[in-house]
Amino acid sequence: MSAPAGLPRLLAGVGAGMESSAGHQRRHGPLPTLSTTGLIEVVERSGLRGRGGADFPTAAKLRAVAARRKVSAVVVNGSETEPASRKDVTLLEHVPHLVLDGAILCAHTVQADSVFVRMSARAGAAIDSVETAIAERAAGETPIALVVGPDGYVGGEETAVIHQLESGIAKPTYTPPRPYEKGYRNRPTLIQNAETLAQIALIARYGPAWYRQLGTDEDPGSTLLTVSGAVAKPGVYELSFGTPLHQLIDAVGGPSEPLQAVLVGGYFGNWLSIEDAWHTRLARESLREHGASLGAGVLVALPARASGLAECARIASYLADQSAGQCGPCIHGLRAIADGVQELADGTASAGTLERVRRWCGEVDGRGACHHPNGAARFVLSSLRVFSHELAAGEPASRRRRQAV
Amino acid sequence: MKIAVNPIACEGHGMCVELLPELIRLDDWGYPVIELERVPRRLDGLARRAADVCPTLALLLVEE
Repeated sequence: MSAPAGLPRLLAGVGAGMESSAGHQRRHGPLPTLSTTGLIEVVERSGLRGRGGADFPTAAKLRAVAARRKVSAVVVNGSETEPASRKDVTLLEHVPHLVLDGAILCAHTVQADSVFVRMSARAGAAIDSVETAIAERAAGETPIALVVGPDGYVGGEETAVIHQLESGIAKPTYTPPRPYEKGYRNRPTLIQNAETLAQIALIARYGPAWYRQLGTDEDPGSTLLTVSGAVAKPGVYELSFGTPLHQLIDAVGGPSEPLQAVLVGGYFGNWLSIEDAWHTRLARESLREHGASLGAGVLVALPARASGLAECARIASYLADQSAGQCGPCIHGLRAIADGVQELADGTASAGTLERVRRWCGEVDGRGACHHPNGAARFVLSSLRVFSHELAAGEPASRRRRQAV
Repeated sequence: MKIAVNPIACEGHGMCVELLPELIRLDDWGYPVIELERVPRRLDGLARRAADVCPTLALLLVEE
């Protein structure tokens, strides 16, 4: 089997329907056999980082779990509860065997008894594909079970995924312990994002040098991106790390109208003004200069005629509603922040509102069991920075035409 | 010794702030904000008491 040159890699088998096991093996060859340390070595040399949003080096996580005894399970996190993201669902709908291959390889490496695939109810046809794919897997493999959970934003957080497997409650739990220490059945558990596992399946077959043919030294390889908002062809794309953002916008058919900003990293992400976006590349270092990170690969283009503050208010209110309702600062703080931003957007805020919202954003940070309040606060602070001209103009955003992204 | 709050268990009873005002204050909704997580030696006894009397056992002591 010759290694595919250039792009697409992950999306090579994405067509109208689901690629069957036979089609998958014709395209990529059989599942390779690696020693338990072999997989960690090739993943380490590849430089792969997790694609669920945290950017953690995958080999370090694999090694931490493999070093523990009695690992209970490998969990494929295909929850993708971020509303603006579709990349994991796309992989699971069209090329589920690629993701399952990665999970089986990891299960062998960490010596786990079972594999779970966690998906959200909204995944639709992807759920059918995964069911079909599980039935097609080879006899004698580690058993794989599908678990479909609610769509709620925090339900995809890794401790919430474990909690759901344990008790059916898709809410985060207090850490420590983290799942790699004590997860499913109170035993160490490896939980990986679906795209990360698909990348592992390719790296195991074609090697780390092949993986590094694309991307940069610091950010090797390719990544999936879900692009939406005011672009001609929104959808899921695969691009090399290091690609300039203007090239990405070209690749999705260009802007559908003049743009003012791009949200990078999803609802926990940061806005880049369009001027900054043109000088930014899809690479950690370049994004860091603007305080941004790629997160799970979500980009939303905001048109010039929209109000950034109104958009911020809408998303902040959604995030407040999506709190699991467990931690006081998250329950009360995110609602207060969202209401404050709504007043700022409507032009009905009082003198102290802006300062209060900023203070609350600082105060809720780090005070939940999971990162939900931190992410929401980061998003709001970024919105207040990038759309500060709307605050200064004193122009009620409600008078401007709104555009939902 | 350090102090931490389990935010899921915490219901904002505020006993910890009564005993440790030097280390903890309340936010606008009555939940504790830890201003200083490392407990000075002279407050060790009070910190242990605060952890004991928390009605939901949400104040955690982490020995270093």
